[in-house]
Amino acid sequence: MIPGTHQWASVALVGPGPNPVDDLRRMLALHFMVNAFRAGTIVAVLAAVVGWYMVLRRQSFAGHTLAVVSFPGAAAAIWLGVSATAGYFAGSIAAALVIALVPRSASGRPRSQESAVIGTVQAFALACGALFVSLYGGFLDSITGLLFGSFLGVSDGQVLTLGAVAVAVLVLVAALGRPLLFATVDGDVAAAQGVPVRALSVVFLVVLGCTAAEVSQITGALLVFALLVMPAAAAQQLTARPLLGMGLAVFFGLAVVWASLAVAFYSPWPVGFFVSTFGFALYVGAVAVRAVSDRRGSTGRVARPAVGRAAGLVPGAAGR
Amino acid sequence: MTVATFFVLAHPFLTSAFAAGTAIALASGLVGSVVVLRGQVFAGDALSHVAFTGALAALAFGVDLRLGLYGGCVGFALLLAVLGRRTEADDTVIGSLFVWVLGLGALFLTLFTTSSSGTGGDGGTDGVNVLFGSILGLSGGQAASDVAIALVVVGGMTALGRPLLFASFDPVVAASRGVPVRALSYGFFVLLGVTAGVATQAVGALLLLGLLAAPAGAAQRLTARPYRALWLSAAIAVGSMWAGLTLAYVVPTVPPSFGILGVATAVYLGTFAWTGVAGRRRAYPGNAVGPGAGPEVADVA
Repeated sequence: MIPGTHQWASVALVGPGPNPVDDLRRMLALHFMVNAFRAGTIVAVLAAVVGWYMVLRRQSFAGHTLAVVSFPGAAAAIWLGVSATAGYFAGSIAAALVIALVPRSASGRPRSQESAVIGTVQAFALACGALFVSLYGGFLDSITGLLFGSFLGVSDGQVLTLGAVAVAVLVLVAALGRPLLFATVDGDVAAAQGVPVRALSVVFLVVLGCTAAEVSQITGALLVFALLVMPAAAAQQLTARPLLGMGLAVFFGLAVVWASLAVAFYSPWPVGFFVSTFGFALYVGAVAVRAVSDRRGSTGRVARPAVGRAAGLVPGAAGR
Repeated sequence: MTVATFFVLAHPFLTSAFAAGTAIALASGLVGSVVVLRGQVFAGDALSHVAFTGALAALAFGVDLRLGLYGGCVGFALLLAVLGRRTEADDTVIGSLFVWVLGLGALFLTLFTTSSSGTGGDGGTDGVNVLFGSILGLSGGQAASDVAIALVVVGGMTALGRPLLFASFDPVVAASRGVPVRALSYGFFVLLGVTAGVATQAVGALLLLGLLAAPAGAAQRLTARPYRALWLSAAIAVGSMWAGLTLAYVVPTVPPSFGILGVATAVYLGTFAWTGVAGRRRAYPGNAVGPGAGPEVADVA
């Protein structure tokens, strides 16, 4: 069973010593902390890359929903007595396919039905979660862990699963990267040139679902965004170049996870608080840097056209 | 209504559930219609989570729960209104903001749980209740105040209805005809915040999201006229509430939230089948069904 956040409080009874190297050694002597760092690293890299596309495609609501619906998936798995990990992935992928059934409306239009469908999927899935909890007869103690995560209690086997899924998803993203970018930046032109825009959209939602399910096992369903949105959003404030931006997002994600784990180890406060706060601080910092450089008269907004130009997909001067 | 009347007579707590549920469903259906028209269900979702943090903050600091709930919701709604003025309902900004607020919620949950752990407090369960609600556990007094607050929202939506729909559908044309677009936007976000506060407390965050999204989405698929969709959405929301509560009463293992959202989702699914059969031209244009399809602005302008 997934432990609740309160377990952090017992870990933090030992405060930091005078020597940071000793502190680090002491922390890494604990096997569960090593696994937390391993899992956190895998998840941070995956979330940053997939999140970069998600932020560019403006699918944050879908991403949030896919993360949240992994909770009823896990609840159903526990009720049925199968592995919670399988439940996480099944829940998210099923929801991704349902959302993919609704065609995305053209850019610029209010996406009324799309947002209504996503909201309904999320609410109904959570209601199913409540039903499974009711049928199981209550595992309320672990709900907090399911929602807010704990990084703790990650087994060696889980680290292996996380790693395998991450590698598979990243290979898929690398293979689809350029057409996906094209379809995102200018769907009409991409479709005219024979890029399967609709199929790419479905595949990306499934990729997003796998990523959300993977991250939510570590951060909990509610705080997936801290790793999925914030590093990518911060990176896109700073550069329009795809590869540089993804690299920057990965760097931000790793920094947030490592710093949060290290600080939370010596603090009575939950790791989710640190992850979201560090991520938010990074994002606000990036917006501020961007505002200052805009005032100095450098290039304009980083938008889809700018990303397209930087990638050489759309004619025009290259982005910065 | 005879069925409902029977239950109300049979169990006093069902009086509270039906009264509060009806008023909240009415308010959510009306507000949700505009939320869906503006494509801002994500903002409603974010508000339901902010309610969670606000309530936990109030619990952690020992102040009145409602202060944290309504203060957090209305404050966050106004923040979204201010940010939405410059960036067109930017989902990245909403997402980043509300995840940070949720992180604060995790902190308050820990603070509350550890501060009451000496007495074996069940802070985690309280937090879960905020998320899933406990409509069958409402006291008579609480239900009365919930009904009053929800009816204020209904009154506000009735008063703002047509101009708000016009301003949401086409802000540029509305502004040129002298509609105070920005003031209406602030007013709408305050109503959304109050709805989030009252609904989260009474029926839970997930039910709020479902009542905002599903009835309004269904109504917009059934009629192209925004003003008609507004009231149709309210009717579907109230109907789902009654049917869901009845279902939860008849089948004890079904939680009320599942009953209500199950009915609302089924209605929404039904409209997809209906518009698929009855001709796709009648469907709402937000779904991009055809080049000529547009909402009938004459309905609100």
